[in-house]
Amino acid sequence: MSQSIRVHLNSILVKRRGKTVLGPIDLDLKVDGFNVLLGPNGSGKTTFLKVLHGVERASSGVIQWSIPNAQARQAQSYVFQSPIMLRRSVRQNLAYPLQLIGMDKVEISSRVSEWAHKIGLQDALDFPAPRLSGGEKQKLALGRALIRIPDVLFLDEPCANLDGRSTREIEDLLHDATQAGTRIIMTTHDLGQARRLADSVLFLLNGTLHEQGPASNFFAMPRTIEAKAFLNGDIIE
Amino acid sequence: MNEIWAGIQEAVRLIFTLDADLIGITLRSLEVSLTALVIASALALPLGTWLAIRRFKYRRSAIAVLNALMGLPPVVVGLVVYLLLSRSGPFGVLGLLFTPSAMIIAQVIIITPLIASITHQAMRELWSEYHDLLISLNTSKRQRVAALIWDGRRTLMTAALAGFGRAIGEVGAIMIVGGNIDHVTRVLTTAIALETGKGDFALALGLGFVLIALTLVVNFATHALSRTEREGTW
Repeated sequence: MSQSIRVHLNSILVKRRGKTVLGPIDLDLKVDGFNVLLGPNGSGKTTFLKVLHGVERASSGVIQWSIPNAQARQAQSYVFQSPIMLRRSVRQNLAYPLQLIGMDKVEISSRVSEWAHKIGLQDALDFPAPRLSGGEKQKLALGRALIRIPDVLFLDEPCANLDGRSTREIEDLLHDATQAGTRIIMTTHDLGQARRLADSVLFLLNGTLHEQGPASNFFAMPRTIEAKAFLNGDIIE
Repeated sequence: MNEIWAGIQEAVRLIFTLDADLIGITLRSLEVSLTALVIASALALPLGTWLAIRRFKYRRSAIAVLNALMGLPPVVVGLVVYLLLSRSGPFGVLGLLFTPSAMIIAQVIIITPLIASITHQAMRELWSEYHDLLISLNTSKRQRVAALIWDGRRTLMTAALAGFGRAIGEVGAIMIVGGNIDHVTRVLTTAIALETGKGDFALALGLGFVLIALTLVVNFATHALSRTEREGTW
């Protein structure tokens, strides 16, 4: 877990119906602590995240993790903006990622109980997951992603449409995860949340990477006009 | 109207006197149709799911062919199976013609496309819901198919019931390949056709009511066992 993780993106380009939605991006990123992808709606944050994790394929270019890509994927998890619930109970949703890696039943049961407590769903273990509230679904999706203790966790606007209390609970879980050694790459357009959580920031606009660096530098002294405008809350096109 | 009333009375009489012929025919109907259903489901459920998640060059054509096969005329299926299983046919040596096995083969051919097509429709929707999650969890193709079949099992039960309904009510193909031989290949539908031909409408109607009741019992039992309504919102 303490091993350094890097990812190298070489001329990554994503096109949809002939239109470029992301890239070209060249980037050598040391994935450490809490990394936040910032940018206005439609800037390509979700596409960037999906391509980085491998849920979506780039039209051209190469992504190379510092460990073999297949091995890297095994040690990654992803939480989608709209949480996807398996049509099963809360317990079975939490257990599923562990069943996939062939963990024995006793260990699965113990981990599921532990994580159900962490996400506050210990009393709803046998409740159908698709019938949970929005905040509970997001916490369950996060618990399901973290239960395998991933090296890297990708989060796509995990607190979008959630109330303050649910947002705080999710941020606490994320804080605990980083303390446990999980690196996080998260998209958000919530500047307040980015300021609270980010160790480093990648700023995307119109599908291209405009700025990258430590969060303290980005928020104090943004280098580009667009980043300054974004931080000022101006409309940027 | 008198004939319908007489048919109901005949059905009640047959059931309450535990008529040996009726029980034999009913059990044979169930044996043939349920065996065909199990075999067809084993083929069609993975096939329909596989077509929903796999992208390949002639996928659209394959789905179009599958949908077209739902409308296979049973009589033609019966004729083809008859030719294949007859003494001069390629499988004549197996001696299956005019046996329940031949009837099962014909029913499997008739209901497999139906179950596969309904499965494909249901699994396509579930796959679009699960796609990103299952890809992000790094699942193998086998694990994806398994997850879809398990989580879509209630819809698949409906697909299987549609197949069962078609199988148990089928008459043309099994009449040709089974021969409607008493105590060997006679089932409810062929018995109804025979009694109608003989002009014994009361008995034919009686057998018809038994067939309907049988279908309803199997449907209710399946829904009760799979708790379709109780957990339908999952």
